[in-house]
Amino acid sequence: MNAYTQVLFKNRRPNETVLLPEYEKNGGYQGLRAAMKMQPAEVCELVKDSGLRGRGGAGFPTGIKWSFFPADQPGDKYLVCNGDEMEPGTYKDRQLLLADPHQLVEGMAIASYALQAQIGYVFLRYAYEDCFQRLEQAIEEAVEAGYLGENILGSGFDFELHVHGSAGRYILGEETSQLNGLEGRRPNPRSKPPFPAQRGLFGRPTNVNNVETLATVPHILTHGTTWFQDLALNPESAGTKLFGLSGHLNRTECYELPLGITLREVVEDFGGGVREGKKFKACLPGGASTPYLTTDHLDVMMDFNPLEEVESRLGTAGVTVFNEDTCMVAVTRNLNQFFARESCGWCTPCRDGLSTISWLLDRIEFGQATNDDLAMLKDQVKNIKGRSFCALAEGAMGPVEALLRLFEHEIIDHIKQGGCPFAC
Amino acid sequence: MNELLPQKQINSFKDKASEISHPHEMIIDLLRAIQLHHGWVPDDGVLLTAEVLGVLPIEVEEVATFYDKIFRREVGKRVIHICDSICCWTTGAEMIAEHLKKTLGIGLGETTADGLFTLLPTCCLGACGEAPAMMIGFTTHGLLTTEKIDDILQRERAAVAAEV
Repeated sequence: MNAYTQVLFKNRRPNETVLLPEYEKNGGYQGLRAAMKMQPAEVCELVKDSGLRGRGGAGFPTGIKWSFFPADQPGDKYLVCNGDEMEPGTYKDRQLLLADPHQLVEGMAIASYALQAQIGYVFLRYAYEDCFQRLEQAIEEAVEAGYLGENILGSGFDFELHVHGSAGRYILGEETSQLNGLEGRRPNPRSKPPFPAQRGLFGRPTNVNNVETLATVPHILTHGTTWFQDLALNPESAGTKLFGLSGHLNRTECYELPLGITLREVVEDFGGGVREGKKFKACLPGGASTPYLTTDHLDVMMDFNPLEEVESRLGTAGVTVFNEDTCMVAVTRNLNQFFARESCGWCTPCRDGLSTISWLLDRIEFGQATNDDLAMLKDQVKNIKGRSFCALAEGAMGPVEALLRLFEHEIIDHIKQGGCPFAC
Repeated sequence: MNELLPQKQINSFKDKASEISHPHEMIIDLLRAIQLHHGWVPDDGVLLTAEVLGVLPIEVEEVATFYDKIFRREVGKRVIHICDSICCWTTGAEMIAEHLKKTLGIGLGETTADGLFTLLPTCCLGACGEAPAMMIGFTTHGLLTTEKIDDILQRERAAVAAEV
């Protein structure tokens, strides 16, 4: 295994959480000190120049998102950290928060200064009570040390940070649904525009970023943009990424790896290859909504643009691997059941469309389907894509479309044989 | 356990609600506190939340019924959330669920006759590296085997017995 530079995981030790003294000793809060010596707009510009792209799935350039934010508008403005992390195959933010939570606190202090937002919320999913407790402790330490609260490091800038513990449902990871959740409203997504930067939490300008994205910011402030860009193996990209490995691999762990690493190196070196000596068949490269990659893609770079060029996405970089014995109809059926169950029910393409797709995939898997069902499956995808109210159903179409594009022969085999050829 | 929430906690929620400009935002906090103390959220829990925060009961109910980790029906003393998402599926989650159903003698969504365990399916718990996984209360158990499950159930039974 190549030993790559560790940034987010440099202090990480098994079953331990880094507290403030150790974090400071290893260079913690130097990024915040550097930011406080700059103008807020200069901090935004630096993050833009670094090339940092959002680590929560969409990959939108963070500095550009920040540049849309009305930092000089008077009145309350909010910074929200999205720690909902509920896309199957994704567990990186939990690893980060369990190991070294001050990175997020420092990142949020820097981001709030750059955006001139005085109030922050970390939105955490119900299952992450362990992260909740560690984060609360880190916030307490940071307030005590003057890194949060009033007059941060004598700068005159104030920022208060709260943690919100949620109570389930994948849709809360959608940013406008999350804002309704934080407000205590029924968390269906909101219509955009207005975008959260204009009218977000409590009707005020709000910026939402992922845990890993915000935790990366202090390191950029401390070490600079060139250092950050050089971390990636892909010269057109920047930084490291947390990869959570799962599925049929020998080692299903979370690793910090450079962007641009090949899928082969991730699977064979870090994942230790497929279990029981079996062959690699396919994987989800970045969570349940990302289209499958196959053996044809083992030498593709795990990075935003290279994966889009092969009709997939980096997503959250939660890599779930399937071995040669896996039925891809059954995989897609499992993924679609998740999306159908987690639909908030607000719009028809999602509420009715996803359950219809589940019904069709059941028929195919259990040998009740005809060619008409295959035609209907294709038709349903057309009716859902681009027609749903938010990105949930759009994401759900990722694996379904990839099944049709890469594994249509498996669907046809099910229809011909009147059952699953993989006997699962 | 019949009490919804200790008076001290009710007072503290009331104080906080009077200090902030949007008491609405505390609905989930209060529902979670009631559930933690009482085990689940009955109608009276919805009414109490509304009263403490000065909002309408319907505003609490439309939030409470949205979330799958807020229980609006009585559940057992221990709720087992068994993950059925993709990473756990690749590592035998269906077999794990069958073992739980057989051992407890109940189906998904049901509670054992002694009121000890409720079994519910859940989406991904963020424990994909330790699949298959389940959550009991706030504790996630990973790398499950049938033997490990039997052991966990036995410890939970003993813990409940010690609470009484």
